[in-house]
Amino acid sequence: MAKRVGIEVSLAISEAVKLAKVDAVAAYPITPQTHIVEHLSELVAEGELDAAFIPVESEHSAMSVCAGTSAAGARTYTATSSQGLALMNEILFIIPALRLPIVMTIANRALSGPISIWNDHSDIMSVRDTGWIAMFAENGQEAFDLTLQSFKIAEDHRVLLPISVNIDGFTLSHVIEPHEFLDQDEVDKFLPEYKPAVQLNPDDPVSMGTVGVPEIYAEAKKCQDEVLKGSITVIKEVFAEFAEMFGREYKVVETYRSEGAETLLMTMGSVSETAMEAIDKLQEGGRKVGLIRLRLWRPFPADELRAEMAGVKTLAVLDRAVSFGGAGGPVAGEVRSALYSIKDAPYVASFIAGLGGRDITVDDFVMMVDQAEAMAEANEIHEYKMIGVRE
Amino acid sequence: MTKKFNEKAWHEYDLGFMVSKPGCSAEYRTGDWRSQQPQTNKDKCIKCGVCYLVCPEGAIQLAADGTYDFDLEHCKGCGICATECWTGCISMVEEGE
Amino acid sequence: MIEVRVHGRGGQGGVTSAEMLAIAAINEGKFAQAFPSFGPERRGAPVVAFARVSDKKIRNRTKVYTPDVVMVLDPSVLSIVDVTEGLKSDGMLVINSAKSIAELRTEFGFKTSLARVDATHIALEELGLPITNTTMLGAAVKAATLVPVEALVGPLEARFGRIAAKNIRALRRAFAETEIEMV
Repeated sequence: MAKRVGIEVSLAISEAVKLAKVDAVAAYPITPQTHIVEHLSELVAEGELDAAFIPVESEHSAMSVCAGTSAAGARTYTATSSQGLALMNEILFIIPALRLPIVMTIANRALSGPISIWNDHSDIMSVRDTGWIAMFAENGQEAFDLTLQSFKIAEDHRVLLPISVNIDGFTLSHVIEPHEFLDQDEVDKFLPEYKPAVQLNPDDPVSMGTVGVPEIYAEAKKCQDEVLKGSITVIKEVFAEFAEMFGREYKVVETYRSEGAETLLMTMGSVSETAMEAIDKLQEGGRKVGLIRLRLWRPFPADELRAEMAGVKTLAVLDRAVSFGGAGGPVAGEVRSALYSIKDAPYVASFIAGLGGRDITVDDFVMMVDQAEAMAEANEIHEYKMIGVRE
Repeated sequence: MTKKFNEKAWHEYDLGFMVSKPGCSAEYRTGDWRSQQPQTNKDKCIKCGVCYLVCPEGAIQLAADGTYDFDLEHCKGCGICATECWTGCISMVEEGE
Repeated sequence: MIEVRVHGRGGQGGVTSAEMLAIAAINEGKFAQAFPSFGPERRGAPVVAFARVSDKKIRNRTKVYTPDVVMVLDPSVLSIVDVTEGLKSDGMLVINSAKSIAELRTEFGFKTSLARVDATHIALEELGLPITNTTMLGAAVKAATLVPVEALVGPLEARFGRIAAKNIRALRRAFAETEIEMV
């Protein structure tokens, strides 16, 4: 039976990776991801996890090794943060192109400079267009569950794409909280052994990573995008199967008390739970305000988002990264694009807050909602507003 | 008839655009690329094998008498063998028309 | 929900005390969080750690700004850090000090309920080291309704292994010796 455990979220993720019976882990430690891979190396050293733990000299090497182990047919896991993800960048593009179902935890952290080890979403936003499936966990339980589900989604032969499970650095990775762990036999029933569609095998050789001449490159990119967009069907199937087996439901777009709301606050990641407190407070005051959260960032769930917009007049989108010189925060920009062509599209206010570890409090969320409604009323033209910055 | 590689639709390629039937350079007649071809004066050959070692295409083979023959199906005519031959027994001559 | 802030110095185990408290609460069927003040770890520097304990699921993930309970593991931080910052007016301050409650009130002007125990003395006798994190947990759970003192035994055993027994002795002794003055 499932057991309830008080444990650090990082360690809970390592336990999920162990339960997934990964074959290979190649990783380089970086704050705040360190505890995850440190614990995995312990599990391997103590014989509790029968996997190859491959220490490497950089994140570029880590992802390169992961490409190799995954191509050889091994269930492969890694984790990183911030500058580490940036250093992987070159290889990140190659993984989905080769259709390698690697699962990676990103303990989200700001990018330098100035040097910051603290949480925001600038790292994941900087790799938005690498072709990975990207999802966000809001608490430790979700981080545990999504890690297990990610292997099943990634390895589905209709998908065969890598997945990043994003957890907020420190605010999730370093928090001890309750988790419902699953037993090995339950996980085994949910997640069967990985069966590669093709693998590197000297007895049946293939060439991976060949040249794409102008006559085929566009077809390769079209194929990659279609498969990524199509993965949403498999993601929903796996979420449904998980809910049926273990009773915890996940959706690609999540809502909280959004029925009848005229204003929606939109968040991603662990601040969503703090935002729920703000919604409760606002609704107590009679305000028609709800919360909408993106679980899935790539593929972008545009249809599912549009389906939640009936009756919504104002949408206050929180971004935790800056798209320098851009037209709004990275999430708000996508949201505006997705909603532009629908009838009676809501006014989209773009807020940037919580950069480099700055807390976003319940009062901050209340203020964003107030401000968004005033901006909508005045139909204020703006790219984005930064919250809490000293002027 | 199977489509050529540049005729397929985006969904008709192998997974990850990998090459599942590996080709082999032995199947390509690179001898056609040549503008000059090596010729050996076997009287001067000392059977040292330097030409065999330096040929970038592996187009030089050991003959029964210990000298070396050229595989003109694959020799691209680069001339490295002629430059490196100690005795100067290899010379490059025009392919002609 | 009860929010706790722990003051200590890097290396004294302030984070561990917050963790033990959260794990004990979770083992009791409650909801809890424990987390450090995120950032680089510097031995000897004044540091804080946080915990939340609740009967309901905890959603707030900000730092603890208005604690119900403040634990001070090291008396030397009293003169360099305002340990009462944000402490609720009906909150509880739990201090490791050899001084009496009256002396502490006079010296620092503390207005809230106050608990004190000479945790350094207990730790030196029981552990042979001036590491007061486990000792101060005994004081905290006596002064505030967090978890029963026995709920800490399991988590301490799991964390400290062969040195757990000494820590549990220090915990129980502090629980017995802590003086409390409610206001």
